Amino acid sequence: MFEALSSKLSGVFDRLRTRGALNETDVMEALREVRLALLDADVALPVVRDFIAKVRDRAIGQEVIGSVSPGQQVVKIVNDVMIEALGGAGAEPLNLVAVPPVPILMVGLQGSGKTTTSGKLAMRLAKRDRKKVLLASLDTQRPAAQLQLQQLAERAGVASLPIVPGQTPLQIAARAMETARREVYDVVILDTAGRLSIDEALMDEVRQIRAATNPAETLLVVDAMTGQDAVNTAKAFNDAVGVTGIVLTRMDGDARGGAALSMRAITGAPIKLTGSGEKLDALEDFHPERVAGRILGMGDVVGLVEKASEVIDQEEAEKLARKMAKGTFDLDDFANQLKQITKMGSLSSILGMLPGAGKLKAQLGDANIDPKLLGRQAAIISSMTMKERRAPDIIKASRKKRIAAGAGVTVQDVNRLLKQFDDMSTMMKRMNKLGQKGLMRQGLGALMPQGRRPY
Amino acid sequence: MALGFFSRLKEGLSRSTQKLTQGLGAVFTRRKLDDAALEELEELLIGADLGTAVAARVIASFRRTRFGKEVTDTEIKSALAEEIAAILAPVARPLVIDPALKPHVVLVVGVNGTGKTTTIGKLAKTYQEQGLRPMLVAGDTFRAAAVEQLQVWGQRTGAPVASAPANSDAAGLAFDALARARAEDIDVLLVDTAGRLHNKAALMEELRKIIRVLKKQDPTAPHSVLLVLDATTGQNALQQVNVFKDMVDVTGLVVTKLDGSARGGIVVALAEEFAIPVHAVGVGEQAGDLRPFDPQEFARGLVGA
Ligand SMILES: Nc1nc2c(ncn2[C@@H]2O[C@H](COP(=O)(O)OP(=O)(O)O)[C@@H](O)[C@H]2O)c(=O)[nH]1
Ligand SMILES: Nc1nc2c(ncn2[C@@H]2O[C@H](COP(=O)(O)OP(=O)(O)O)[C@@H](O)[C@H]2O)c(=O)[nH]1
Ligand SMILES: [Mg+2]
Ligand SMILES: [Mg+2]
Repeated sequence: MFEALSSKLSGVFDRLRTRGALNETDVMEALREVRLALLDADVALPVVRDFIAKVRDRAIGQEVIGSVSPGQQVVKIVNDVMIEALGGAGAEPLNLVAVPPVPILMVGLQGSGKTTTSGKLAMRLAKRDRKKVLLASLDTQRPAAQLQLQQLAERAGVASLPIVPGQTPLQIAARAMETARREVYDVVILDTAGRLSIDEALMDEVRQIRAATNPAETLLVVDAMTGQDAVNTAKAFNDAVGVTGIVLTRMDGDARGGAALSMRAITGAPIKLTGSGEKLDALEDFHPERVAGRILGMGDVVGLVEKASEVIDQEEAEKLARKMAKGTFDLDDFANQLKQITKMGSLSSILGMLPGAGKLKAQLGDANIDPKLLGRQAAIISSMTMKERRAPDIIKASRKKRIAAGAGVTVQDVNRLLKQFDDMSTMMKRMNKLGQKGLMRQGLGALMPQGRRPY
Repeated sequence: MALGFFSRLKEGLSRSTQKLTQGLGAVFTRRKLDDAALEELEELLIGADLGTAVAARVIASFRRTRFGKEVTDTEIKSALAEEIAAILAPVARPLVIDPALKPHVVLVVGVNGTGKTTTIGKLAKTYQEQGLRPMLVAGDTFRAAAVEQLQVWGQRTGAPVASAPANSDAAGLAFDALARARAEDIDVLLVDTAGRLHNKAALMEELRKIIRVLKKQDPTAPHSVLLVLDATTGQNALQQVNVFKDMVDVTGLVVTKLDGSARGGIVVALAEEFAIPVHAVGVGEQAGDLRPFDPQEFARGLVGA
């Protein structure tokens, strides 16, 4: 059930790798899998159809160049089309060129993250762009919504429109614009109540707010976990208020984020920002090439490296890398690595960011993706003597018994760890041979010993 | 302006007549249930978030019994709804409160923004009306104004609210609230929690801490752990349920926002995969907008029957 996209895709690629050229039958077969993969990544059905058609048109009859296998060729086309469909390389900035105060209107479904994103955006504009920002909540529906935005404004260090109970959203919008003109604000962020795409009355209300304030940006805030309904939401909001940009929230989750493609395809509006946490600084520019990899299950390698560099002890990591390169990786280093993994969060969420991780995850099985297990493994290593850690080969039956007793585990557990270390060393050696480029291209799958559990 | 209005009106009218004629056509035209028709039905299910695997399975079993029959659109959709309702029937189980527990502790968990706090408000109203005494615990000490939000629900429903200052320890608050509830003869203790993504190990650990602390007073608490799911969520809901179930022993689901255009088909996949009870559905933002989970009605809504 949780079989990741990556394993499916790599299955297709394996099959294609052995064939000659890109003929229609091959391409169609590969695209059937791509279709399933995209649907499992929550890309909406009509959007998947268009996407597949585009890839097919481009792929069929294309010459297979040089040493590239047909499989790799299709992967590249799929990836290229995906990046284009998501908006091409690079990030698209907010458009704030208008006579100040420049209104930004935030719209979306209930709970998608509008208020939090308003706070994040305010902080970014104030701190990074030195704008004078006013936050105004037009949400008269959800209890304490206006208070929520007021508190976020305080945290962001920007002003918020004083709360006047009993006003309608339209009245609040007018008051916000008036206040902003009078007090010379650069930007006014208008946070609105969540509304369902089929709620005629509320959709009409936001239409009126838009007409009254003429925002420079109308940002549709969408949860990255959204499923097929993305189409309805995108269409309804775009028809009603003309979306100029999309914000994808909860990118810190492990959803594939196919909604990104759906949203972009239906509205035609660029995805401008992503939210990756609840804190106010968790706002990032949208990078199509990263999210393409995520949707396709090829892993957000860049994201992984960034996350890793945040938490991993740099010196420690470099030491490990040197040892790996020299092939002198020992059990002490292994223990260190376990510690780093624990620090980065659950193993499964890290694996989700790696290319080819679907296969790896499946092979690992559930038992190994367990923080408790990591702790136990660290305990086993710490019950070894210095000599044993340096040269694990000397660990025979009697030593195993002693180590097991010391760590409060069974001899089997010790065996398992030693085997894991052994496999790990093998993997290191392959990794060195493959080099950085090979790893990026072929993914972790390239490291896997065939038909064996890697850990 | 006037032109815009009339052209919009015309457009709107033509759209609704189109729908009407399509609908009528569907009622009267018989069609053979062949591969193409089955594929259309499968796409209908995928479009409702059942996921490709579950949609394929449902259609496969459907094919066995009905392939080649002459049917109308309405007939076929009702039959498909039946098929799905049969998958859902075993998980349609209400949340039963045991007043003898005094209090029955309900821990409400889920990812951010799914509707936990609102659902607590709705449950409080339900219990109040049943003559039970609920108490609410403002366990989201993290999100801005989350405490105030729950306090408003307390006022709306007349239920007392236990709260602590922002950023205080939620487990400590839960502990104190349970003690207070026992002293005040409360029947149901509804514990709100901050939203958390299931892939954040530290936040999941926090949730376990709340449970550990509750158990110090009552080893059988929490008596129910509700996972609140947003109906717009796609396939990631499977991961959500999987992790929350492992970490905090979820006993049942509430599916919110079914008043929208999302059809919540992921619930079918969840029923197949985990067989966790679905207690209720949220159909609006008001206190009265909570309904028992009705598999028949849900399945019909899902396929548009
Ligand atoms: N993990 C995570 N949570 C978020 C993100 N953006 C918003 N949230 C949370 O989602 C919930 C709903 O957000 P809110 O801004 O109130 O949504 P609104 O109803 O659309 O205004 C809150 O708990 C936020 O903290 C994000 O990017 N990542
Ligand atoms: N339309 C609709 N909105 C809902 C429903 N349940 C909750 N909401 C809205 O979803 C948003 C988030 O709800 P909240 O209870 O704050 O979510 P929490 O972060 O999980 O506590 C609010 O705007 C609620 O009014 C529902 O069943 N239908
Ligand atoms: Mg809001
Ligand atoms: Mg809440």
